[in-house]
Amino acid sequence: MNASYEWLRAFVDIDASPSELRELFTAHTATVDEIVALRTDLAPIVVARVLEAHRHPDSDHLWVTQVDAGGAQPLEVICGAPNVTTGALYPFAPVGTTMPNGMKIERRKIRGINSNGMLCSAREIGLGEDHAGILELQVNARPGAPFLTVMPVGDSRLVLDVGANRPDLLSHLGLARELSAITGKPWHLPALPGLGGETPKPVRVEADDRAPTRDVEGKVLDDVRVVVEADTRCRRYIAAVVGGVKIGASPEWMVRRLEAVGVRSINNVVDATNYVLHELGQPVHAFDASTLHGGVMSVRRARAGETLMTLDGVVRKLPPEAVVIADRQAQAVAGVMGGRESEVSERTVDLFIEVASFDPKLTRSARRAIGLNTDASYRFERGVDPELGPMAMDRVLRIIVALAGGTPTTPLDLVTSRVDRRMVTLRSTRVTQVLGAGVPMPTARGYLERAGFEITSATSSEMSVRVPTWRTDVTTEIDLVEEVARFHGYDTFPTEIRPFRPTTTRDDPMWTSAARVRDAMVGLGFYEARPMPFVAGADETHARVANPLAENEAHLRGSLLETLARRAEYNLAQRVGDIRLFEIGSAFVPRSSGTLAEELRLGVVLMGRRRPAHFTEPDPPSFDEWDAKGIATRAAEVAHPGTAVRLAPATDGGAMLWNIESNGASIGTVSRLMLDAPIWASPAFAVELRLGDIETAQPAARGTHTYKEAANPRASVARYRGVPTMPAAEFDLALLVPAGVTADEVERVVRGAAGDLLERLDLFDQYTGEGVEANHRSLAWRLTFRHPDRTLRDKEIEGRRAKILGALEEELHVRQRTA
Amino acid sequence: MRAIAASRSAGSGAQDLTMPPRRQWYGAKHPVTLVIEEIADIFRELGFTIALGPQVETEWYNFGALNFPADHPAMDAHDTLYLRDDLLLRTHTSPVQIRTLQQYPPPIRILAPGDVYRRDFFDASHAPMFAQIEGLCVDEGISFVDLKAMLNNFARRFFGAAKTRFRPSYFPFTEPSAEMDVQCQLCKGAGCAVCKQTGWTEILGSGMVHPAVLQSAGVDAEKYTGWAFGMGPARIALQRYDIPDIRILYDSDVRFLEQIAEPSTKAGDG
Repeated sequence: MNASYEWLRAFVDIDASPSELRELFTAHTATVDEIVALRTDLAPIVVARVLEAHRHPDSDHLWVTQVDAGGAQPLEVICGAPNVTTGALYPFAPVGTTMPNGMKIERRKIRGINSNGMLCSAREIGLGEDHAGILELQVNARPGAPFLTVMPVGDSRLVLDVGANRPDLLSHLGLARELSAITGKPWHLPALPGLGGETPKPVRVEADDRAPTRDVEGKVLDDVRVVVEADTRCRRYIAAVVGGVKIGASPEWMVRRLEAVGVRSINNVVDATNYVLHELGQPVHAFDASTLHGGVMSVRRARAGETLMTLDGVVRKLPPEAVVIADRQAQAVAGVMGGRESEVSERTVDLFIEVASFDPKLTRSARRAIGLNTDASYRFERGVDPELGPMAMDRVLRIIVALAGGTPTTPLDLVTSRVDRRMVTLRSTRVTQVLGAGVPMPTARGYLERAGFEITSATSSEMSVRVPTWRTDVTTEIDLVEEVARFHGYDTFPTEIRPFRPTTTRDDPMWTSAARVRDAMVGLGFYEARPMPFVAGADETHARVANPLAENEAHLRGSLLETLARRAEYNLAQRVGDIRLFEIGSAFVPRSSGTLAEELRLGVVLMGRRRPAHFTEPDPPSFDEWDAKGIATRAAEVAHPGTAVRLAPATDGGAMLWNIESNGASIGTVSRLMLDAPIWASPAFAVELRLGDIETAQPAARGTHTYKEAANPRASVARYRGVPTMPAAEFDLALLVPAGVTADEVERVVRGAAGDLLERLDLFDQYTGEGVEANHRSLAWRLTFRHPDRTLRDKEIEGRRAKILGALEEELHVRQRTA
Repeated sequence: MRAIAASRSAGSGAQDLTMPPRRQWYGAKHPVTLVIEEIADIFRELGFTIALGPQVETEWYNFGALNFPADHPAMDAHDTLYLRDDLLLRTHTSPVQIRTLQQYPPPIRILAPGDVYRRDFFDASHAPMFAQIEGLCVDEGISFVDLKAMLNNFARRFFGAAKTRFRPSYFPFTEPSAEMDVQCQLCKGAGCAVCKQTGWTEILGSGMVHPAVLQSAGVDAEKYTGWAFGMGPARIALQRYDIPDIRILYDSDVRFLEQIAEPSTKAGDG
């Protein structure tokens, strides 16, 4: 909402400066985002008095003047205006001024005489078209005074952020009412130059209470009927005809007022309607009456396939929600924009003026369907008080008559539904309960009354409040509590920390679990990423966004790796090859049942050098699948503590390397990551691990957390085992393992045969090639045995070695390598 | 003299101890995570716990239960990405308020961090998905004084802000509603281009939980009152780390994330 400082001052007699006004509104009503000083381009202009004026010796139209511009010495200024008068005051642009049109004022010689500045015409300082002479100022000011302090052209625009609940603040009237409530000073409608007496009182036609669904109609002229059809839900429609207007330019004050709120002047009639919109918050539309036919104006719903060329020259297809104002055809989209055909133009003589209260929801649907957001639709969508209509009609007719002449008819006032004024009770105990500090009831009453609320009865503990029609946001007691709080001032309430009771909640276990995994990944040298989850997927495999921002991001990822892979490619494109990224985020998995599951997962991508380069190792090796397996194992153990984590080799032979299992259930994968990668990039690997999931759209059950499968960190508490005091015995086994036998199987047999005293079993070498027969590989393990109470004897060790080798030979055809 | 001797000897036989150390890769949390954790730590000290909720929500949890009037301009700020039926991507973390109040009886003190979605084009200052953190406190006797005290305490701790102010605002799910500003860190309240000459920076939206919201969640709104707030850790991260463009937070550029991991190293290099 753009408000003019001067316009508000015409409503309420206040001394506050624009920035003081900003503080008041921001503290009590709505935030002023910005103050725009208007006409700052005129800041260098000063008031100057012409002391002497003589004809230029070398010119028959130039004057040589002596000008007092506030300096110690008079300035010599050449002037070409015929009206230059000794002793008069004029706007003066000193040397160095940049004029509104961009011209720079410099000291220069004009036909041999120096000119030190410029006396200005109205046009030269952007105050109108008059350039017949310089602008004589009828003010009492000393020479040298800044022009802006003397002439009221330097208005300030206040840009307010008005909440969607306060349509009443979308006008100077509404802001003036607030200002009045805040300051205690009364408000009144601004006096305007040349405004005549009151216009004829409207003839009111009300809907039949017994049949409120019927259309309402009446006559605005003998041969012009106006009909409001019931399904338009239009609450009030006031129409008047003005005959014999003369369309022309608006006077200076009107142009400036509109400019101050950011509206361009068009002509005197259109400006009058825009003026009333910004002054009172009531949109007004003027039709050229001569373009209307058939003797009837209907407020009706748009017909199927109906179109209208709107004022902006675009032919628009009207949606069925749209309400139109129509003669034989639509001439305006109600509450949104008028039609080109019935636009007021230079040739217009007779006007049909509309002041209405259209339905907020229908206006909103029509506005959205057409894609037009106007000052009028903005207000109708939020709600225009039907009770404002008669005052707005009177105001606009008087301004039109003052500016464009003409004779108005008696307006026709069609009322389809009466406005009930709500009653709300305010208890002082509720005020104290919600605000934490009492506000005396008489004080609260004062705030409410000044804001237009009516107190119908009051005791020391409660009052009955009648809500004004423009306050559609006030329906219950809490709304009045807010009124009291903001008028009293949020700053007046204390900020003391008071005692409190502990919460019944505890941290969502999934948060704790995710935090542990995050810490572990950071510890492993990974960077956390938080990418967007949108992907170009397929409807069969991905959840689809019904109204995506772009077709190439119309789906939600089913796997974190879909987006992490793109992030890896982004880094490769920046010629960064050391990529270690992880994310803890949601994957969106459509279930065969038709529901959508949201899984919290860990995604990891790794590629590049395993360590930073050092002079001792200039070219460190790249990450390989064994790094990926190690990271996956660690992450799975942290995410699912106390469970048996196993990485099962994938059997499909594709990019997948391992399935991550927890207690036998699949919880994730380790894979080679296929990337659009440059030739220099090293291989990429990916880990994805499920942390927990939610079936979406499930209502919350009492005492449960949102995510299922919350890992229990206590399950992972390690129990103390005695640290070894006896020496260990070690030996290595180099084994010939035939193709088809896995290391896992070998280890299982070794553990089975070795017995309880085997402390560690570490695979330390793999070899194929010379010395190893075909279809075999050599694998070497180090075995560490320890007895808790005594030193193991060589014989005991030898016995175990023999037993292990025997078992391996028998079960797996694995022999000791001898070569 | 001894120093010269030592440095000479470095070249001939003895080890040159000025050579660089062998390093490991350092990891780092995302700046937005760091901001969320820091916020959470301050509120934890005052008895708050963390609550989570789904990103795919129903219209009821996202709007209806939170007192949004149907088909109203109040929805304009919540341009929504819909899935199918009545499922949508939550536009704020406030549905967690409802879920928590349904799950647990008062007293409630929770913080709900999480990602939310708006149908906004991705540019230097907007993203269709961003993090939010929500706070909720409900019990008997909770008032606007508690709201001001808690948020003031937070601002002092988090921003070191000497001054805060509360401005009237509008959110359908709170009343009275208030936005909190802290004194502009740059100009210390004098007014500058960053704070648009106001001397203040907007930090969060807050208010007393609307009775209709408590009722939606089955809580007796005459007996219990509460306050809530919500803020955007991404925006705070932009300020804190001096990041000029919000897209940087999503790019996952390793060179950027490295700066967060090793701020001192990078400063030293420069």
